Amino acid sequence: MRTVVCLKVVPRPEEVRVNLEAKTLERSGVRSVINPADLNALETALALRDRHGGRVTVLSMGPPNFEPYLRVAIAVGADEAVLLSDRAFGGADTLATSYTLAQGVLALGGADLVLCGDESSDGGTSQVPQGIAEWLGASQATYVDRLEVPREGTLRARRLLEDGTETIEVPLPAVASVLGGANEVRFIDYDRWAMAEQASLRVIDAAALGADPAFLGLKGSPTVVAGLREVHKPGRRREVLTLEPEVAAARLAEELRRLGVAHA
Amino acid sequence: MTTPGAVWVYSERHGESFRPVSLEILGAARSVADALGTKLVAVTVGAGEAPANALTYYGADEVVAVEDPLLDRYDTKLFTDLLEAELRPTDPSVLLLGATRDGQDLAGRLAVRLRTGLTAHVTSLEVDPGKRLVGWVPGFGGGIEAGVVCPNQRPAIVTVRPGVFPTPVPGEATGVVRINHPTLDESSFGSRRVSFEPKGLTVDLTRSEVLVVGGRGTDGDFSRLQRLAHCIGAEVGATRVATDSGWVERERMVGQTGVVTRPKVAVILGASGAVQFTVGIEKAGFVIAVNRDPDAPIFESADLGIVGDLAPIVDRLVRELGEA
Repeated sequence: MRTVVCLKVVPRPEEVRVNLEAKTLERSGVRSVINPADLNALETALALRDRHGGRVTVLSMGPPNFEPYLRVAIAVGADEAVLLSDRAFGGADTLATSYTLAQGVLALGGADLVLCGDESSDGGTSQVPQGIAEWLGASQATYVDRLEVPREGTLRARRLLEDGTETIEVPLPAVASVLGGANEVRFIDYDRWAMAEQASLRVIDAAALGADPAFLGLKGSPTVVAGLREVHKPGRRREVLTLEPEVAAARLAEELRRLGVAHA
Repeated sequence: MTTPGAVWVYSERHGESFRPVSLEILGAARSVADALGTKLVAVTVGAGEAPANALTYYGADEVVAVEDPLLDRYDTKLFTDLLEAELRPTDPSVLLLGATRDGQDLAGRLAVRLRTGLTAHVTSLEVDPGKRLVGWVPGFGGGIEAGVVCPNQRPAIVTVRPGVFPTPVPGEATGVVRINHPTLDESSFGSRRVSFEPKGLTVDLTRSEVLVVGGRGTDGDFSRLQRLAHCIGAEVGATRVATDSGWVERERMVGQTGVVTRPKVAVILGASGAVQFTVGIEKAGFVIAVNRDPDAPIFESADLGIVGDLAPIVDRLVRELGEA
């Protein structure tokens, strides 16, 4: 079975600063991480490979300096990593991002299974996996915490929904989004470190991808940021007190009684 | 000038009624349709258990109900095909969906099917002077939000978290209901449902009057929060860190990736106050925060903040309230 895991490198949200005048994000000096839910997707892929064999490829989109993160994925257990990197991919919204990743999957010769995290931590839309599925004409299963291949050509997925747990079967090829925290991600295999550091990463640019330029990057993105504004924070009293626990508890009890939620 | 295409709302069925968020967005969509000078259409897909005409009480000018006994559960392929068939001929300007799990499953697929733009998880909607719908999305880790438009493709697809908009007061029914019966068979489905295990008890924090919310600073011990919640008749909520760590069920997540709540009182314990979380408590009447870090941004979002260690404060508070 051939599995592709889409992996996003995201800035640590607390480090991003916004330039309100220029309407840009200032990312210089901001440290990045692999989107946590994508690691759960990787773990899911590795567990399926342990059981059924096959190959796990990590696919990401971004600048060349994302390479170290792809090496981490190899050290964790991926067989290979591919980076889609070109200025033409920049500024992509969910439509263009899902198109580019789907084209990446096709450039690898297709996949039986494409796994993504359910959501990216940098204000993600949670919509890219579904988009990839549509571009590929594949089945989809979103918000899953467990995946099995009960028989050849079939994916069984457990979806966690608002009022219950739904288990569905869909034909492969399929795209699934794995919930953040769905599993315990295996530790980096230090025996693999040296190999991961030496591994040659495949970088594919727009020309090599052979994609329709009209669907790439900013040009292929129908949504546009028309403005940025400071979040209107409701007027809070902002009374902040540093008190001994006994005094703090008494103060809180008084406030809760005043608000009518605790017995007088 | 031609009339813009209608504003459509996808009304997700839930048992014999509709998801609360589907009614909430009908109210918001009514204002958008009025500002654009166009009509509001609610589309629903189901086996006919939910009374489609109920949607006209919440402001829909027209209800399109796609009904068949086989449509008693959500299926990505089938629902995408049915929505596409309804939307393509009428060329709506906007499609709003509630950001439930199935709603998001559908929205992402449909947006690519229609080659259009999708704005996810908006917290407010506006129509700008150029008659474009602007969906405001919080994020980027700091106190800003982005206004997103979809100027050249239709429909502009927008998803909204539960609880962002108030449920409209049902009024007089003036809309018309059209029921469509599609021709379906087994091959219409993309998936087969093996099982569905309903949750014994589901919580809906958007309906809670009092909330006690725990974050990283609880170190995973929610029993203390539960005792406090019991004393003040509150539901327990959590930040993403707490749900991702498995300390509490995911459905209790408050914030941008969880639910937007509007309780009378929210007590926030051990949450640093990242904007992704605070959007979930912005609509609270009164916010109390306890955190050991005096510089935690949560104090900016609180009416009353206490700097100190959670455990001794909450334990004493529970004792104090219990004694009374």
